[in-house]
Parts: sequence; structure tokens; C-alpha cells
Amino acid sequence: MRFGIAVFPGTWSERDCAHAVSVDGHDARMLWHRDTDLAGADCIILPGGFSYGDHLRCGAIARFSPLMDAVAEFAAGGGLVWGICNGFQILCEAHLLPGALLRNASLEFRCEPSWLRVETTASPFTGGCRRGDVLEIPVSHGEGRFVADPGTLLELEAADRVALRYVAPDGGPVGEATPNGSMRDIAGILGEGRNVLGMMPHPERACEALLGSADGMALIRSVAASLAHEGAFA
Amino acid sequence: MTAFTAEVVVTLRPVINDPQGLSVRAGLRRLGFDGVASARVGKFIELAVEAADEDAARADVARMCERLLCNTVIEDWRIESLHALEAAT
Repeated sequence: MRFGIAVFPGTWSERDCAHAVSVDGHDARMLWHRDTDLAGADCIILPGGFSYGDHLRCGAIARFSPLMDAVAEFAAGGGLVWGICNGFQILCEAHLLPGALLRNASLEFRCEPSWLRVETTASPFTGGCRRGDVLEIPVSHGEGRFVADPGTLLELEAADRVALRYVAPDGGPVGEATPNGSMRDIAGILGEGRNVLGMMPHPERACEALLGSADGMALIRSVAASLAHEGAFA
Repeated sequence: MTAFTAEVVVTLRPVINDPQGLSVRAGLRRLGFDGVASARVGKFIELAVEAADEDAARADVARMCERLLCNTVIEDWRIESLHALEAAT
């Protein structure tokens, strides 16, 4: 499989993402923000960082880059787009995902382990997991508080589009230990077509036991399995 | 074309929780300003724009707010002031 990894000025997780996909034997190509060629990638990752300095709002400027036009087109055609941290913020700003990500309720930048419950397996990103699995994947952000209007939240829940939710390590409610105060403890959501995922935690930082957790690989393997399956029937 | 200066204020929508504002309120109360019922933090953006006339300038600024300056999912915007710069003498 080939992953295309977007690089905006200020992106900082592209090498980590490339390493994480290489752990599972996949190819990674860097995609510069001024380019519109997706290099034949099967899945586009919008990695973490501070694109364009996060000026004005996180992801607000990146949204208008030439690369994002190509990514939006790719997503509209059913291509897999995976926004992680700043990538999630960009996807919301680009209206490829609903809602917005605001300053953490604590006002602190949080870089710490978080535990995510897999809420749906009906997506290419979580297809290899079981519903209710708890993944240990770290967060690293200052603006990750997911906010959406009540109608949007109901729609996300009803359509089974909440992919990942912050929980306590035992899978129970996260309560006051929330890393950011997200509504309904939402950590990751799917787009309407289920081919776009935005999540605040960093699976690429949980790709080897040496890093303390390899749980992020469950998502990367799901993507690879889904693409292989798709290819087999193409 | 005339040069205009526009002042735009972007605020979080009233329903959106503003922890930064809460923190400001707490700080003010700690300083003894007990009468502070609430504080909300927003953005102030000053623009220098050229346009054919004031209506055109206002329409331009409104489009800028809708497209980039404001995320209408969470924020409201208003043009606080807009006026033509006086020609240099």
C-alpha cells in the first residue's frame, strides 16, 4: 500500500507517520502543500503539527492550499483520507468533517497517553478492530476540544460516525480525566461516506512496543486490509 | 479605487464554552473586580482594503469574514467600523 503524507509548512509528524506505516511494510510518499499530484497514494494522511503556524485558527490557512483541493477531490471520489491532530483540524476547517476543534478546556497543551474506545468497526480505519476495544494512543495538542451543534452530534451518533471516544483505561467513562473536554468525549469522527477519518490522538506515536504502545498499528492495519480487500474485488 | 480601513471583531458564538474567558474572569476576580459577571475573548482584525466605494468594501470584507476570518461553525463576526482613509495632503 502507498500512503501519501501531506506536508504543510509547520507540519511536524510526517516522518513519524512515514515510519509507522513502514512498520507494517507500506510505502510512504511526502506530498508538498503546493503540489496537486497525490503520487498514486491509496490513502492520504494529514499529519499533526502547526500548519502555516496555526495562524488565525488551527487548519484555517492549510485548507486553502493547492494540495487540499486535490485531497478534497480524492475524498469526494471515495479515497481514504485520514486526518490526525492538526489534520483533523484541517478537515473540519475544510468542511470535510463537521464541527470544530477548540482550545482544550484545561487551557493546557496536553501531551500524554489517552485511551480510546473503538465505537464502530464499520469503517476502513477500524475494520480490523472489535467494537469496544480500548486502544492506548497518546494525545499531543492544545486545541482538541471537539465542538458541534446538538443536531450534528445527534446525527453523528445516529449514523454511527463516532469512530473513537476517550475513555478511562478500563473502558469506562473518562470523566474529569478528559484530555480536552470534547463534547460526548469524541476523539475521532467519520465523514458521511465513512472514507474520511479525523482524530486528535496520534496513532503513529503508538506503533511499536518500544514507544510504550503499539495500539496505533490496529488502525494502520485496518486501512491496509480494507485497501487489499477493495483491490481484490476491483 | 479608494482606500478603506475596516475593523472586524470575531467572537465565539454565545453557546460555545470559552475557557479562556472563564480564566480571564477568574483572574479579574482575584484582583478584586468582584463585579465581573463574565468575560469572553475574541479577535480583533484591522484591514486596509481598496475598493470602488464603501458598499463594495463592505461586501468584500463580509466575504473575507465568511471565507477565512471566521469559522461560522463556532464564531460570529461583525464589521465594527469601516471608513475611507483621508487622502494624504
